[in-house]
Parts: sequence; C-alpha cells; structure tokens
Amino acid sequence: MALRGNLRDFTITQLLNLINLAGKTGTLVVDGPADQAHVAFQSGKLAFARVGQEDNRLATVLHRANKLTVNQYRALVERAGEMTDKELGLLLINAGYVTQEDILTNLQEYFAETVRRLYTWVEGSFRFEADMLPPDDRINVRLDLENLIIEGSRQLHEWEQLQDEIPSLEMALKFTDRPLKNVNLSVEEWRVVSYINPKNTMKQIASANKMNDLEIRRIVYGLLQAGLVDIVRPEGAVVPSSPKMFPTQDRTEQKSLVNKLIGRIRSL
Amino acid sequence: MQTVKMVVTGPFSAGKTEFIQSVSEIDVVATERKISGADERAVKDATTVAMDFGRITVDEDLVLYLFGTPGQKRFDFMWEILSEGMLGFIVMVDSTRPETFREARSILETFRAYAPTPYVVAANKQDMEDAWELEDMRHALRLDPQVKFLPCVATERETVKEVLLELLYSILAEMETGG
Repeated sequence: MALRGNLRDFTITQLLNLINLAGKTGTLVVDGPADQAHVAFQSGKLAFARVGQEDNRLATVLHRANKLTVNQYRALVERAGEMTDKELGLLLINAGYVTQEDILTNLQEYFAETVRRLYTWVEGSFRFEADMLPPDDRINVRLDLENLIIEGSRQLHEWEQLQDEIPSLEMALKFTDRPLKNVNLSVEEWRVVSYINPKNTMKQIASANKMNDLEIRRIVYGLLQAGLVDIVRPEGAVVPSSPKMFPTQDRTEQKSLVNKLIGRIRSL
Repeated sequence: MQTVKMVVTGPFSAGKTEFIQSVSEIDVVATERKISGADERAVKDATTVAMDFGRITVDEDLVLYLFGTPGQKRFDFMWEILSEGMLGFIVMVDSTRPETFREARSILETFRAYAPTPYVVAANKQDMEDAWELEDMRHALRLDPQVKFLPCVATERETVKEVLLELLYSILAEMETGG
C-alpha cells in the first residue's frame, strides 16, 4: 500500500526527510489547495518535479534562465516540438548553445524551486507511488535532498512565526497615519499596498496578486513592523450575528443590562 | 435568569486565573493541571487546560460569567468555543515577560477574527520592579492608539474592577454608536 496521509499531520519537509533516509524511488503526489504536484525521486534523490500543468520542458526552463534567447526559444518550440527533452538536450549541446552543465544546473534549480513552493502547502493530502517512476522522456537530475530539507525547516519556522503574527487572512488592512513617503518598497510590496483598503481582506489581496499565504503574510508582516498598516475587521463584512451575546434582542434592554453590570462592578 | 459572559485571555502565565479570582463571588472553578514542560514549569507549577470560570451576580435576574482561556497554545481549540457569544474580551499581558508579547499579539488578533466584540488589553504585574512601561508595551504589542491599554495587578481587586469597567464602557459606547 502506498504511503499516504494529510499535510496537516506530515509536512513536506518531513516527507522529504523520510524519502531521503529511506532512499526511496517513486513519485510523491501532493494534492494541494489549488493544484496537484508530482515530485519524483530516484534512490532518495530529487529527480523531477512539476506543479499542475505548468510547462517545465527543457526549452522553457532554459529560456526562463536566460540561456536561450526569445528567437532561439521560438524556433525550438516550432521546429523541435516533437522531440523529447533528452533529444533536445543533445541537440543543444552539439549545436553549442548550452553545455551539459547548463542543462543540469538549470533543471536542478527549477525542480528545487518547485519543491520550495510546496513548503507553503499546509492543507492537502499526499501519497507516495513507488511504482510511478520519473518520466522516461525527460531529463532527470540527481539532487541531494539535505539542503532542501534544511531550507524547508527554516521556512516552516518562519511560516509558524508569521502565522502567529497574522493568524487570520480574513481581516483587512488600513494605512496608519504614518506617510508612505521615503519608504523603499519592493515591487511585490507595492502590489500589496495598491490594494490596501479596509474593504479588502488579506486573502483577497493575496488572490488578486497571485500570492500564496506565506508570501502575503511575509509582506504584511513587514508593513506592520514598519508601522505603515494596521489590521482591521473588513468594512461591510457580514458580521456573524451572535444572538447569545445578550439574553434580549431589544437595544434599550441591552443598554440597561450593560449599565446594571457597570453599577455592579463599581459596587464590588 | 439572564446570563452574559466576558472572556479573559492571554498567554501562558499572564495572570488570567488571578484576575478572575479577584472579582469572582465564587471560588474560581479552575481546570488546572500540573505542567509537564520544563520551560513552562520554571514559570509556574500548574496551568489552566480547559477554562477558568468565575461568577458575579448582578441581581436576581442577571449574572455575569467570566471565562478564562487556557494560555498554552496546544489548548487553543478551546478559544473559539469560549469566545462564542461573549460581550467582550480582555487580553492579559505579563508586563515582566516581553518574550510573551508576540504571543499576546497573536491571541489578540485571533480573538478579533472570531468576533467583532469590544476588547481591552491589560498590562498585568505593573507593580513589579521589572515591569515594562505601558508606552513601551503599547509599541511592542503594536496596539492602535485607540485601543484601551490599562495597567493592572491581577491580585488587586480595584485594578481588576477598572479593567472590567473600561471594557463595559467600550461595549456601551459601541452600542450607542450603533456598532
């Protein structure tokens, strides 16, 4: 039976650790909040990774890493569409476009980055399919997992801290009185800042900016620390009615009840 | 008999149980257990694991219940249950333990997300020599200037009364502004 479970009970870092120590071969399939990820291993080493239907073919990876120009990339997509990545890799090396090391380094970095993205997946399920081998037509790498595990543990710690600081993304943000003048913000921070409005929840801001929970928390935490924003309850949000707050729904009786409480506490 | 409730929350060892004990007319129904962790045991021997429960009878028709939440994070599943239907809540912070301020902030945000009820923050142990100044604590806790932040000594009834009264004034003010 395949190794399977829930990400709430077993984190990605713990899974990598297990795969590393057991020297496992197979594919870890993770069903996350929005996508499905496939991460393949060979004897406990990372071989291949993909999230959803993302294009991770060799030409795309090399183009993103600026190893191929736009024209070279277009030509390859048009003329070498039917080639496997292994065939394409050989062609590129023989043509002198890239070296074997370029290919391996960039694929390793791409797959490692894909795995890093999984660290923010805290909800979802996983299963390890021992008989699902890394795709044969793709170039597999052999990347040791130790560094990824250490990075993952650090990120997990950061994640826990950020979750303590900003427990709910259903709250909104408002600017404080401190002006935004002379503040050096990154592009991502500006993108968040542009959506700050007591009507927008942090979840909505993250969604509009295509950020995951960790990314939005990290940015909001920075803005909070700099004293630029405050967390507020979203304006116009449907407030969950709590009929049990007062034993009566009559406003005058409620006020009278609070005044009675005030009188009683004063007399203690 | 009509009943209303307020919740007293805050990090581990902030003084929630003492706070309730100072004003409750009954002995606080505490659910304390011996502490297992060495770090936490260095602070105190027993901690609340489910809730503390105190009572103040207003008249023959009205009773105020005070619920204290467990401070240790592993019991935080109790928080939402306890917060249901509360009139307001008090966040207790130990002024002598800055290492708990971040957690206090987190608890405050968690309770704000549960319910839009008024709240006040009480800086407990202000009588201690190593207590932080209120203004410094306000910055460290990142409290908005509008948030009522009150000095408190949980074992002294008068300061506890003051905290409860300030919360009730906030509740009244919010009702008057139609909140």
